Amino acid sequence: MDLSFTPEDQTFREQVRAWIADALPDDLAVKARACAHFTHEEIMRWHKILAAKGWVAPSWPEKFGGPGFSVTQRFIFNEELELAGTPPLSPFGLVMVAPLIQRFGNEAQQARFLPKILSGEECWCQGYSEPNAGSDLASLRTTAQDMGDHFVVNGQKTWTTYAQHADWIFCLVRTSSEGKKQAGISFLLIDMRSEGLEARPMLTLSHSPAFCDTFFDNVKVPKDNLLGPLNGGWTLAKALLGHERTLVAAVGVVRRWVRLAKSIAAVQVGADDRPLLQDPYWRRRVADIEMRLRAHEMTNYRALAEQQKGRHPGPETSILKVVGSELQQRASELCMEVMGHDALAWLPEDGVVPDNERWVAPNFCYDRAATIYAGSNEIQRNIIAKHILRLPSA
Amino acid sequence: MDFDLSEEQQLLAKTVGDYRKQRSPVSRFRELRDAEGPGWSAQAWAEMGELGWLAAPFPEALGGLGGSFVEAAIILEQLGQTLVPEPYLASVVLGGYTLALGADEAQQQRYLAPMLEGETSLALAWAEANNRFDPTRVECEARPAAGAGGFTLHGDKRFVLNGHAADHLLVSATTPDGLALFVVGGDAPGLTRTTVGLIDGQRGAHLRLDGVAVTAAQRLAGTGAGAKAVLERVLDYGAAGAVAEGLGVASAMLDMTNEYLGTREQFGRKIGSFQALQHRAVDMFIEVELLRSLSMEAMIRANEADERERVMAVSAAKHQLATGGQLVSRQSVQLHGGVGVTDEHDIGLFFKRMQALATICGDGAHHATRYAKLI
Ligand SMILES: Cc1cc2nc3c(=O)[nH]c(=O)nc-3n(C[C@H](O)[C@H](O)[C@H](O)COP(=O)(O)OP(=O)(O)OC[C@H]3O[C@@H](n4cnc5c(N)ncnc54)[C@H](O)[C@@H]3O)c2cc1C
Repeated sequence: MDLSFTPEDQTFREQVRAWIADALPDDLAVKARACAHFTHEEIMRWHKILAAKGWVAPSWPEKFGGPGFSVTQRFIFNEELELAGTPPLSPFGLVMVAPLIQRFGNEAQQARFLPKILSGEECWCQGYSEPNAGSDLASLRTTAQDMGDHFVVNGQKTWTTYAQHADWIFCLVRTSSEGKKQAGISFLLIDMRSEGLEARPMLTLSHSPAFCDTFFDNVKVPKDNLLGPLNGGWTLAKALLGHERTLVAAVGVVRRWVRLAKSIAAVQVGADDRPLLQDPYWRRRVADIEMRLRAHEMTNYRALAEQQKGRHPGPETSILKVVGSELQQRASELCMEVMGHDALAWLPEDGVVPDNERWVAPNFCYDRAATIYAGSNEIQRNIIAKHILRLPSA
Repeated sequence: MDFDLSEEQQLLAKTVGDYRKQRSPVSRFRELRDAEGPGWSAQAWAEMGELGWLAAPFPEALGGLGGSFVEAAIILEQLGQTLVPEPYLASVVLGGYTLALGADEAQQQRYLAPMLEGETSLALAWAEANNRFDPTRVECEARPAAGAGGFTLHGDKRFVLNGHAADHLLVSATTPDGLALFVVGGDAPGLTRTTVGLIDGQRGAHLRLDGVAVTAAQRLAGTGAGAKAVLERVLDYGAAGAVAEGLGVASAMLDMTNEYLGTREQFGRKIGSFQALQHRAVDMFIEVELLRSLSMEAMIRANEADERERVMAVSAAKHQLATGGQLVSRQSVQLHGGVGVTDEHDIGLFFKRMQALATICGDGAHHATRYAKLI
């Protein structure tokens, strides 16, 4: 056992930190410090800065344009980004569909799609969920009918995050109604500008139009846009799900929220005229979360070390999703609590509350989604019960 | 012991319940939230005055209907069930009780009576940047002015509920002789009100008092210990009122979620048939019942002059709102899945109101600390 990072890792961390401080444009740095929401334009601006440095896709193999980071370096890199609060890159192209295109796509698909994902020229969104297929994804009903040289897609996807900004959507569609539900699903890449395709944004609890209803009315999709085998889409979906769960460990976000809570508590004054952070009660409240965060981080490192040794993450990643998302919520709840009366404010104008408090309430509201998306925490617990504890089914 | 409401009280609950169902469903709150304006309607307020709801808790001598705080709590619980936006908690409970307990007859005639009729509304301005839920720590200053008993008011008040719309504001300030309370007209020279959007879609105001002149007649009875006692009692009424309204919010959320569990299907079954979710719903139900019990205790003991009895009951109830009530609220969103985090679905509106009510008149940590001092 060895819990330390190598000196090379440490140097790498320092380099990354210094580069971010230098490369992050001032207006984005201001927002980062306030934990503000970033607009699509701001996110893509940052994407292009990272792309120019060659660091936008840390997990991609070098032959597709990845920087050749080790697993540990990737982890350090992500931590530094999250800690600095840089705009969160859209994951749908870079870390969701790209690895699938690399693994399951043919050469033509790789050449067509990967460079533009890397450069930020094309944005993606994820079309899995439907109004009646959320947790039970396999019961999805959007159909793709085989017309010889192309498919015709009909149906509705929902909760499609940032579909309104996307150039492409990757979709699970039904191509057969025979056999098991999972066996009739295919994975299609669809141009958002196709005729008959419409994305209607919806407001979330944070009041941002973060996701859409996406409608398909006789949308023509060339056969070339089928990824992997016909009726083999479920295998791709499963490969992606494991991936998604390590994404949502959210260690950096939780740390940032805890740091924010502390910075607010250092200013907010308690009943005894001292800053809350000097009050043993509030210090213990922060400690409660920090101690659990430590446990979460160490668990995350353990998973990472496994990966480093080439052992694939199994259902254990469900633990990271459950703990990370619940901690994220607890940490944003703590930010709300330390604000006292200021927690009543909503999207305040300049000066109504201190700058570092301005975005807490919408973040707190949006964080309710963390235990719902990427496989709800109930579903993750079902996975752990079934595949790790091997409990009998109902 | 008897936990039953009297026949009149049951009738009151039913009348308010019928009204909010027919006249003020959640869609009405949503429309007012999204429209320009104060977020509530003067016409509905006048109707509530005519129906006697604003006067219900106050003694007849003050122009009330001779009820007690129990009546206010009954009404608030009903209003919470469909998020009725009229400022009952701010104007009747916080404003009304300040005048009922702290004002002289002439002031009550002038400021309380028209509010009870629904002609005006009130607000209590007590929160400041540095007083963290303690109404007796006041930085706003009342400086004696030339002339008989007058003052000028200086300082800032924050998050004044209904402060943006109130005709009269009750303002706490420190005089050379200690804490005092003043009535200030909404249009008083030197008063700047900035409307502030609140997390629950309602509005409030920040006040800047820049030498607002007040006469002796605008000063409520009692200075120092007197004003302090009034404020403390009023905020206990406020906390108990937030609990009653929060009980309405929580029980509405439980009902909506229960209904959803019984209709939404995944994996070919009603999701309510999954035992994990059944237990969650049961936990929510238990928290609502505990909240109901403590709300009953708080609505009775809020009237208690004995400080210890009153504070312990009210703080225990408010703490239960901030813990159990919040559990119900957060799990309601969770069990609705993706639709629960859309603005379109009503469950999120309740979630946000619960968050506001948990903070109003002291959050969970504040009330646990207050309770701890008495054990
Ligand atoms: C902010 C946000 C962004 C999203 N972005 C995308 C996106 O970009 N693309 C996309 O395709 N999808 C997206 N989703 C959808 C997300 O994946 C689904 O919301 C999620 O899978 C849950 O499905 P549902 O909403 O239909 O809830 P349901 O499946 O109806 O679940 C309702 C409740 O029942 C519980 N439940 C369901 N089944 C069981 C069971 N067997 N045992 C115990 N409990 C159960 C759930 O945990 C939940 O609490 C997003 C969701 C959110 C909230």
